[in-house]
Amino acid sequence: MQKYFDIEFWRRVTYVDVTLWLMRAAVIIVVVWGTIGTLIDGRYSNEQWFDFVMFGLTMGGIYALVALGYTMVYGILRLINFAHGDIFMTGAFTAYFVASPLGKSGFLEENLLISMIIICLTAMVTCVIIALTVERICYRPFRSVRSFAPLICAIGASFFIQHSFRGMYGSSVRAYPDVEFFDKLLSIGSFDFPMIQPVVILAALGSMTGLYLIVMKTRMGTAMRATSEDRDTASLMGIDVNRVIIFTFVLGGSMAGIGGVLYAFVFKQVYFFMGFFPGIKAFSAAVLGGIGNIPGAMLGGFFLGTVESVGPALFLDGLGIVAPYQLRDLIAFTMLVMVLIFRPQGLLGERVSQRA
Amino acid sequence: MAFNIVASSFEQKYIERSQWHMTGMTGFIFGFVALYFNFVGLMTQFMERWIIEGVLTLAHLTIMGVALFGGVTIAIRSKNLSAAGKVANGAAVGAMIGIALSLLMLFMTQLDIRFMFVALSNKLFLFLSWKQGLEGGITLQIVLSAALGALGALIVVMPKVLRRPLIWGLSAVFIVGLFSELIQLVMQYEFILGFRDWFFTWEGQRVQGAMVVFVVSFSAMLFWTIRGGAVKERFGQLSPSGQKSIRYFGWACALILFLLFPAAAGSFFGQVMMYVGLFILMGMGLNLELGLAGLLDLGFVAFFAAGAYTIALFTGEHELQILLLDRPLTWWEALPLAVLVSVAIGFMFGIPVLKVRGDYLAVATMGLGEIIRVVVLSDMAAPLLGGSQGMLHIPRPSLFGWELNDPIYLFYLTLVCASVAGYFAWALENSRLGRAWMAIREDEDVGQALGINLVNVKLLAYGLGAAFAGLAGAIFAVMLTSIFPHSFQLLISINILALLIVGGLGSLPGVVVGAAMLIGTPELLREFGEYRFLAYGAVLIAMMRIKPIGLWPSAARKREIQSAEEIEASIREQMEEEGQRT
Repeated sequence: MQKYFDIEFWRRVTYVDVTLWLMRAAVIIVVVWGTIGTLIDGRYSNEQWFDFVMFGLTMGGIYALVALGYTMVYGILRLINFAHGDIFMTGAFTAYFVASPLGKSGFLEENLLISMIIICLTAMVTCVIIALTVERICYRPFRSVRSFAPLICAIGASFFIQHSFRGMYGSSVRAYPDVEFFDKLLSIGSFDFPMIQPVVILAALGSMTGLYLIVMKTRMGTAMRATSEDRDTASLMGIDVNRVIIFTFVLGGSMAGIGGVLYAFVFKQVYFFMGFFPGIKAFSAAVLGGIGNIPGAMLGGFFLGTVESVGPALFLDGLGIVAPYQLRDLIAFTMLVMVLIFRPQGLLGERVSQRA
Repeated sequence: MAFNIVASSFEQKYIERSQWHMTGMTGFIFGFVALYFNFVGLMTQFMERWIIEGVLTLAHLTIMGVALFGGVTIAIRSKNLSAAGKVANGAAVGAMIGIALSLLMLFMTQLDIRFMFVALSNKLFLFLSWKQGLEGGITLQIVLSAALGALGALIVVMPKVLRRPLIWGLSAVFIVGLFSELIQLVMQYEFILGFRDWFFTWEGQRVQGAMVVFVVSFSAMLFWTIRGGAVKERFGQLSPSGQKSIRYFGWACALILFLLFPAAAGSFFGQVMMYVGLFILMGMGLNLELGLAGLLDLGFVAFFAAGAYTIALFTGEHELQILLLDRPLTWWEALPLAVLVSVAIGFMFGIPVLKVRGDYLAVATMGLGEIIRVVVLSDMAAPLLGGSQGMLHIPRPSLFGWELNDPIYLFYLTLVCASVAGYFAWALENSRLGRAWMAIREDEDVGQALGINLVNVKLLAYGLGAAFAGLAGAIFAVMLTSIFPHSFQLLISINILALLIVGGLGSLPGVVVGAAMLIGTPELLREFGEYRFLAYGAVLIAMMRIKPIGLWPSAARKREIQSAEEIEASIREQMEEEGQRT
């Protein structure tokens, strides 16, 4: 607070600072005003709010799984794996060709757990293969180069993967099989929700716990953390950095695979472009939680999912905006931009992420 | 943020590989490429396109080309082998490609995988097996691929006198065949129709046409290879002023041909060239931001949209403009407005992201661009901007009472705008501001310490870059006389980024080359349109891996790279010396 009383501080304020403050103020005013407006109006019942939150947490779980891939790769290689959203797509899309016959033969309904494991494994293996290929072709040659090159390669990889899969599996939207168990409504008091939502949340939490244990308790995890602290020193300590990087991509790819299958069972459809928006949102989640920070990515994912789901109703409806649901992506992108501008270290991060 | 290619890891480059390993790897990679073409459905598309009518389709050429290139690659890479050894290795690589394709055939007959891989049709099987059934197809494919691989290696070991004309002749046949439809479009005049029909059908070139093309280009190149040295010598003996005037005369002829071409060739070409011109304009804008100032902007399409929407708002019948003015503006009056609005949007874009650097900047600008797109698309802004319906009925500009309603006129308009903008871009590059941009591209902190006002300089980069895009948007609005939000997707930004990378960052001629290659070629080959983004992805990766400076780099960049290569060569020498000592 002290600095605001210093006249020197005010002398150094430029129009850029003023604009940024105005931006912040505008966002806060919009949020507060919209919230008050909506709450006074009372247009939504408690059940509806519960629906929004549950859906948000479901999406949040998926975002968190994908965000882990971004955050781990950033932590170790200091680069944005732009193709990660499309890696997520490859898993879900390939697993469709396992899920669909399983669903048709009725095996899926009878042995749900086993078939879910099979489907997830397919997706994970696909994602890991693609992720490792991307690493080998696009990132490894530029590992010791500080430039735009890896990012541009990643953008190229993203398009290449998308359109290869479009060519391979076709451009039509494929529908995942319906599972009775997932569609069943579960009710607690007057709130009811489909079974898929808690399943997704629990599966996401379970996978994340597994990942957290791997990173914190195993030797490889320790090596990962060491490499992310300081790659050169780690390699001097006898850590095979190459293996650590491959392991990171394996972990990130498998999380994306699980996320992809869960996403496909929530939305019931897969197509070649499906990875783009979840990818960007998951990246936002990773930034939100502090990129390079594993618990941060999980928290960021759930936070982003919830805000995005509750937001249109809570902030925008109160402002009298027509069809606020069209602006769902707006909320995610605004959060992304605001975090990048005002708090690049994220909610939990201590790491100063400024890469020249 | 320069493209620092020096630092790529040396230790991986100089590992000696055994010949077996190298041949195996090459065969494996090219086999994979051949399979990839099949799986991804490119083959199925290429089958429809005759290069030589009734004889060869593009698909045949692709599958044979892969084997041929396999042979060429292994022959170039294995330096220590005799000519016969190279040919043998080429045949081995070719055979591996053939085996890969045979496995695919086997796979297709034994398993029903059509529901997964949509491209693996019966027709593809017939094509791969040369209509010989499974066993005959496999034998034929392996033998043919091996022969082609050997031929590829043979081309490399062949004497130059034969090699160059052969390559030129084959490429000429290929290019003429690929673009045969377009060449026929150009030959639309009465007096050459008979000639045209002797050469081509609408499906592809005739056999006799292909032979003529081959013979002509082969012998021309043969003549040049044998006699070219003498011609060059004669040219060198001319006085410097004489050389200069011949050169200028050549350039002037090329310019006049270029100017007259769309008018002579018809409106389709006018349309394509105009589209390329728009992307050249935008490319020059992004070049200021990325090439000079080093600010990677993935939200660039927002400025383009700003220009287009401003024109739509002020020249069409619209409530806002009725409120402000008593009549709709003409296009010429609205043009400065469109540019100004884009500049304003550029500043608004720039201010928040001033302190964001590197990769984060790319993502932040992409977020801002997407925010603008979502808002334009939403019902909230629909009363003003038309929402997903877009804005229709934008009047075309007119000049001296003459409506510019043909793509050819619009091409000339684009050409004039691009030339003016190009002059500005060139002047900016060599100005104080341009040097300041390049300084902050190399190192922001040092630039600031040298007295560059980072805020102003960066904002000017955004604003001026946006001005170019706004100009392009203004022309785009009258191209179709209607605009839709889905024309302003992130893909456009990526397009522009890709063309800059291909041409060479920071180089104005590079922008033209990149736009012609990445925008012009796909427009001319419309039928493969759905694969253009596949090609973009591949091109981006390949350029970054193989030639990060681009096809036509700027002079300064070339010098940097040269000195970098010298350093690399000296390091290699040192390493070799050390290797000898131990």
